[in-house]
Amino acid sequence: MKIGVYICHCGTNIAGVVDVAKVVEFAATLPNVAVARDYKYMCSEPGQNLIGEDIRHLGLDGVVVAACSPTMHEPTFQTALSRAGANPYMLQMASIREHVSWVTSDPVEATEKAKKLVEAAISRVSLQEPLEKRRIPVKQSVLVVGGGIAGIEAALKCADAGKKVYLVEKEPSIGGHMAMFDKTFPTLDCSQCILTPKMVEVVRNENIELLDYSEVREISVHVGDFKVSIVRKPRYVDSSKCTGCAVCSTKCPGKAPDEFNLGMSKRKAIYVPFPQAVPLKAVIDRESCLYFQKNICKVCVKFCSADAIDFEQKPEELELGVGAVILATGFKPFDARRVSEYGYGKLPNVITSLEFERMTSASGPTAGKIVLKDGREPESVAIVHCVGSRNVNYNVYCSKICCMQSLKHAHLLKEHLPGVAVYDFFIDMRAAGKGYEEFYKRVMGEGTIMVRGRPAYITDVPSKPEEKGKLVLVAEDTVLSTVMRYPVDMVVLSVGLEAGEDAKELAHTFTCSRTADGFFLERHPKLAPVSTPTAGVFIAGASQGPKDIPESVAQAGAAAAEALAMMGKGYFELEPYVARIDEDLCSGCGICLDLCAYNALERIPETGLTRVVEALCQGCGACVAACPSNALDLDGFKNNQIMAELEGILA
Amino acid sequence: MSERPNVRIVALLCRWCSYAGADLAGVSRMKYAANVLPIKVPCSARVDPQLVLKAFSEGADGVLLAGCHPGDCHYLKGNYKALRRFQLLKKFTSQMGIEDDRLRLEWISASEGSRYADVVNDMTTKVAKLGRLNWRREIAIEA
Repeated sequence: MKIGVYICHCGTNIAGVVDVAKVVEFAATLPNVAVARDYKYMCSEPGQNLIGEDIRHLGLDGVVVAACSPTMHEPTFQTALSRAGANPYMLQMASIREHVSWVTSDPVEATEKAKKLVEAAISRVSLQEPLEKRRIPVKQSVLVVGGGIAGIEAALKCADAGKKVYLVEKEPSIGGHMAMFDKTFPTLDCSQCILTPKMVEVVRNENIELLDYSEVREISVHVGDFKVSIVRKPRYVDSSKCTGCAVCSTKCPGKAPDEFNLGMSKRKAIYVPFPQAVPLKAVIDRESCLYFQKNICKVCVKFCSADAIDFEQKPEELELGVGAVILATGFKPFDARRVSEYGYGKLPNVITSLEFERMTSASGPTAGKIVLKDGREPESVAIVHCVGSRNVNYNVYCSKICCMQSLKHAHLLKEHLPGVAVYDFFIDMRAAGKGYEEFYKRVMGEGTIMVRGRPAYITDVPSKPEEKGKLVLVAEDTVLSTVMRYPVDMVVLSVGLEAGEDAKELAHTFTCSRTADGFFLERHPKLAPVSTPTAGVFIAGASQGPKDIPESVAQAGAAAAEALAMMGKGYFELEPYVARIDEDLCSGCGICLDLCAYNALERIPETGLTRVVEALCQGCGACVAACPSNALDLDGFKNNQIMAELEGILA
Repeated sequence: MSERPNVRIVALLCRWCSYAGADLAGVSRMKYAANVLPIKVPCSARVDPQLVLKAFSEGADGVLLAGCHPGDCHYLKGNYKALRRFQLLKKFTSQMGIEDDRLRLEWISASEGSRYADVVNDMTTKVAKLGRLNWRREIAIEA
């Protein structure tokens, strides 16, 4: 065995703490080491060439690179080995940057630890074996979960590239939160007007199959061919017959709070979610339907000229096979009730930013009029930023969109009610984005009063005559260092963005992780921002973290490009880490059979022994650790390899 | 840390969560005790109890086993399998006279760099209090 050892300086990232020369000197003394070198940047072209040259000239059969974490550059060096004619799996990396130089203050300790990790890698690589990656064909279809702007955009991009797309939306219509907004910042485009053409294109596009009112129940994660089970909830209306005329809705006597208008108005038991809904089909809500609750009525049946009502509809289960998944499940607005000192839910004229959006929308509950609960127009309105965000009691993160949303609301107030006084309570004004700062300037010029301070509480108890009948915000104006009382008629709470209610369940279903704040975790925050640790599963939009519409659209395009690149290649290369069984040692006890989560182990009928179904094995090694006969082992993570690593690390 | 404890702890880290969490501790430049030596495994369920005993017999004074949080396993339920095995192993090691603090199972996600640093520091302090294990020598004497 001839091993080459390469220690990277990573500029001063490693060499600034670890005494690289000492590590090289030490490595050269270890058994099987034919050559030990160091270089300023091993990942650079000349660095990689060093390895290639040595493989060719010295006939190395194992390589140790001590550098950054293998997560970062293992593929780089594996390719370098391949190019020089060596097997890429004859490489072992020692992470002396992330696990040593960046986390250790003392240079002596760091150098000692680096030596141990290098020795472990040398000891391990001498027992490594050449392995071949497995090629799995990738199905030419995509599942997009979530029909908001990110999901729509991703679905359209994949469909335009000629791939079959299944777009799953749990609500009766696609559109997501963007469909609820009135205007978008900073251009003040009508949100519906820019969204609806895309929504319509979804149903018009031949490559897209829209699965509205549906949820993903289960998925078996096999790279290249995800088996997805989807449940389509019953609309109790035959979508193929319904014309969306909504006559049923006008005649229906059942009523319930309208979800689309956040409960600020009523809708019927049979309803079309909103005028621009896609698909434009009615749906029956069992809870408020007189037929389902009391077995009477059936007025809708009488008035439906298309004969589309079907009370007998049952949930429908669909099985799909797709090559890639894009998760675009969006966010949930922060529940303002949690900040009890702001009185949301108790003080009638304290509303949320999303409710304000519906109020200003022409199709909203007040037909676009900004009014108080008693129908009067407000003379003064306060807007409060950072409700639920940047606060250790709720979410520490910045929700990113609220500053701009608040400024937009300030502008809309001045536009709708020219004489209104608007107070904007902010902590820091975060208007970073194209045209955003300009918009901030514009809103200031319109006479909105900017107050730098977070209100302590909101009360309807007056302390002086002019506060009677008003909502009073008590806040420190931090510019004046004075606690002030601001009496107003209406308060708009700019609520933050939280991870969706089902994010946890979805993460579990699709085996991707979440950050501590509940949003989906990207594979790398900078270099793989729409990928997840699960190959073939991508993320887009606010499900990955708070973001505005332009960012969601850009991310959706990136996720689509990732999915398309994978499908375009046609196959997926799977790591060669699979379990192997030594039939001579196997006793057929079957302990391993139940442990395998992928049914990759099966009993051989003739012998009663066990065999590994290589195509299904994911390489976790759960069976290997359990085998009482030591008959199982895992390629790439063999018992003797890990033990050699242990010997080296503790030598 | 002012005192430099001379103990060695092996950390068997699942590659999807805990190894990535340790990477994040590095990227975030969190300083922690240099006593912990990481080894990457595909999943916490890959950790054969033999590997833990091997570590002790090779001179480790502590072994940290870390995997994804319950429900977050990349291989669906590997961490539960690891947990069951760990409890059994723990009974065995305590019978062998290995103190409780020397063998530890933790859930550390890919986003918990600071948690990795905290666990490493805490375990180093506790194991340092117990001192060297010298298990290999003890086995040799008894044999």
